[in-house]
Amino acid sequence: MTTILTVPPSLDDGTFESLLQQMAPLAADAKVLVDARHTRWASPYGLIGLLTLAQSRADTPQFIPPEDPNTASYWARSGFFRNAEKLYEMMRPVPRSRTGDSNYFLEITPIAKTEDVQHVVQHIQERSAAIMETLGFPPSGAIGFSVVLSESCQNIIEHADGPGWVAVQNYDWKKRLGRRVVVIAVTDCGIGFRQSLAPKRGSSDRWDDGAALESALSRGTSRFHDPGRGQGLAGIKRYVAKWGAKLTIRSGTARIGIIPAWDDELALIEHLPPFPGAQMQIIIPQAVAS
Amino acid sequence: MLQLMPLDLRKALARAECDLYSNLVTRATGRAVRSQLETMLRDMPGQRLAVLDFTHVGVLDFSCADEIVAQLLLRFGAGLPAHAPALPTPSYFMFRGLAEAHLEALEPVLERHGLALVAEGPDGSMQLIGMVEPDEHSTWQLVVASGGGDVDAIASFAAEARMDLHDRLVALARRRLVIQTAAGFHPLQHH
Repeated sequence: MTTILTVPPSLDDGTFESLLQQMAPLAADAKVLVDARHTRWASPYGLIGLLTLAQSRADTPQFIPPEDPNTASYWARSGFFRNAEKLYEMMRPVPRSRTGDSNYFLEITPIAKTEDVQHVVQHIQERSAAIMETLGFPPSGAIGFSVVLSESCQNIIEHADGPGWVAVQNYDWKKRLGRRVVVIAVTDCGIGFRQSLAPKRGSSDRWDDGAALESALSRGTSRFHDPGRGQGLAGIKRYVAKWGAKLTIRSGTARIGIIPAWDDELALIEHLPPFPGAQMQIIIPQAVAS
Repeated sequence: MLQLMPLDLRKALARAECDLYSNLVTRATGRAVRSQLETMLRDMPGQRLAVLDFTHVGVLDFSCADEIVAQLLLRFGAGLPAHAPALPTPSYFMFRGLAEAHLEALEPVLERHGLALVAEGPDGSMQLIGMVEPDEHSTWQLVVASGGGDVDAIASFAAEARMDLHDRLVALARRRLVIQTAAGFHPLQHH
């Protein structure tokens, strides 16, 4: 029997949870069909989340692409179908696109080895002028942006023990914030924070996904004994604070965040539907002219 | 005799077969570049002053800053505790071409390890970066102002007598922030 997982009309980090909710009761090897026919919009987090979802299944899942041609075309240009075709059995033809067709700052890109991170940083450096202009940051801010991207992707290489994805796009959040934002999304299908940091847990400590995320984000705990480790996430936190940005990391059944004043999400949410690996999102708002 | 050794990080990147990129990012890249730098250093006998030139480096991330700068300083003895035996032929490092963006990655890394380094500005002036106590800083400034020499010569530049100046200079030399020779203590200068 095949279970249909319905992709919501608007797919972002919040509504992605409804997909995971549908998947939660299923065995890992249960056959699933991901139905995106009625989906009209997806954030970078949503799109790379769909790729990670496919990687989390024991059997190759099936996929029905969006019926709306504009949506399907946009997903193609983002690089989604190019990668999804390797992970899903496509139930309908999908539009073709070439790398570089989209207005994505960074199209959906697989991260599996160090050279992938080098490539991503090089690509973002080439687009840095447009990104800084979008954010209203001085040109010198491009380096910090690249550092955040590099360290976010390196979490996959250094800690996930599994492959991952990254994408960067900008949006005009007129209604929600009255400003443009740049969104960095990084996901992986690896071992997650709880398992990665398990050797560092105290014997009497509560240890679950929430505790592991708190340990990593609040105390800079790393799986390695070297005191030089664990600086990437700490550095990301500093940039997030400097930019008034929002950082969320989901792993297992919990999500932790650094929530700025312009957002009202909870800093820690637990008892979410389980999902392997880690999913990070950074939303950087355009600077307000002083 | 102190040997000067200019180290262009772009060349080390190229020798580490990372020459497609002038960005110092990822731990693996950092390890490869440090390995190249260590090989270059091993090729030079005796006491060395290595100048690491960041002029052509674009992005420096925290992981690479840790693998290259912090680990290099630590491996060549800058982080040794006071009671540990000093290395027989110490290496000293000066850093050139560090931009503000590089420092944003470098300073937290140095603080994490309790390290400091000497950076040379575009005008040739020097400054300390990283974890430095005010007393260490004022002692280092004395060495720079005096141009170096024995303890008495350096002490003559102090506004007031310092009984413990010798110990402080030795401590700075152990941190690789001044050069210690038989003739005394000297700033990290290559000219």
